Amino acid sequence: MNQYENIKKGTTGSSKKMLIAMVGIGVFCALLIVLTYEGTKERIGTLKDEALEKAVFNVLPGITKTRIYEMTSEGTFIPSDGLDRSKTVVYAGFDHSDTFKGVAIEASGQGYADVIRILYGYDPFSQTVVGFYVLESKETPGLGDRIGKDANFQSNFKALSVKLTPDLTQIENKVIPVKEGGKSQPWEVEGITGATISSRTVGNILGESTAIMVPLIYHQRDSFNVNSD
Amino acid sequence: MSAGITKNPQIKAVPSSTDEFIKGLWRDNPVFVQVLGMCPVLAVSNTAQNALAMGLATAFVLLMSNILVASLRNFIPKQVRIASYILIIATFVTIVDYAIQAISVDLHKNLGAFISLIVVNCLILSRAEAFASKNTIGKSIMDALGMGVGFVFALFCLGAVREILGNGTFFDISLFPDSFQEWIIMILPAGGFFTLALWLVLFNIYKIKQA
Repeated sequence: MNQYENIKKGTTGSSKKMLIAMVGIGVFCALLIVLTYEGTKERIGTLKDEALEKAVFNVLPGITKTRIYEMTSEGTFIPSDGLDRSKTVVYAGFDHSDTFKGVAIEASGQGYADVIRILYGYDPFSQTVVGFYVLESKETPGLGDRIGKDANFQSNFKALSVKLTPDLTQIENKVIPVKEGGKSQPWEVEGITGATISSRTVGNILGESTAIMVPLIYHQRDSFNVNSD
Repeated sequence: MSAGITKNPQIKAVPSSTDEFIKGLWRDNPVFVQVLGMCPVLAVSNTAQNALAMGLATAFVLLMSNILVASLRNFIPKQVRIASYILIIATFVTIVDYAIQAISVDLHKNLGAFISLIVVNCLILSRAEAFASKNTIGKSIMDALGMGVGFVFALFCLGAVREILGNGTFFDISLFPDSFQEWIIMILPAGGFFTLALWLVLFNIYKIKQA
């Protein structure tokens, strides 16, 4: 056996060892992750639902109770007994005298690092977005994650215009993101310098979601009733 | 005859398990001496609770990865050791991520992406490569516990000072009368640098005095 064959044999043995080690560790690690996921799935789901309910009160100021409505395939909203994640749902908010005040709507889109999930409040009587909350984001700490903390950015959503056209079929001016300091219209979302992609994503998510949901909810605003079944 | 026996100065004494623990906790503290893992140290130490949670999460990953790396040290070929260590560390970070989500959604939100970034904390990879891959499971456990507790201690020192001065609270319990004006800068990123500098000065003064 010459030197070349010796080297070749040594490398093959080593490659086999490497493959066994990597595959073995990979399978073991995958098993650990799956077991942890299965063990915590239910508890995480419950806590997330509770956090979502709290967030509804954040985005609809002045409400004292909420009710879940699910959207049917015809675009109508019917009361739901519980949260079913496989369906499109909205959260109607009512004040202490059971008067309907608005709905909280979940929306999501691809941010810089991962999907950004948000909740916003829509008041059909003033035709504005009245609140905004980041439910889930993995944006860069100190930069992109400012979408959930920056006071100036949050002020975009105190009375963001989503007014409908005179024939009430669509939004008059779609919500659009603009750069920091460039906001001149009530339907514009002023971005954050240093968090350009993340803040633009929020503006785009709102633009897409409000364009679909706002006309539907506005037409059915009288059907949201705390006592409806 | 025993009087004539002299120790060979070339042979170093083997450190005991207690030495391995004390080393990480104090003598080679990962934050105050080695200045490792500065990203979470500065970013997530704005409150004592966040600092403690981040420290414990990191310590858990360090402990578990050290145990697994030490157990498999003769099985992992040296060519793929770093890839294997990263895989092991990433697994325990994912487990910690799920565990924190299952404990508190708010805490998970406060710690944010820094939980995932534990994977790239150089403290964990350096202990796997420099210690666990060359030592027994028992010693690796003591090393991880020492370094882990040292990391938690350092983060807690920063978090406590920043929360007390920046919020006027400690674990959300108000400490001062209403007239107290909070030092807002302490909970901002700049406050992290100031507090770390302060602790490093105190730590070094103490060490010089001890020497």
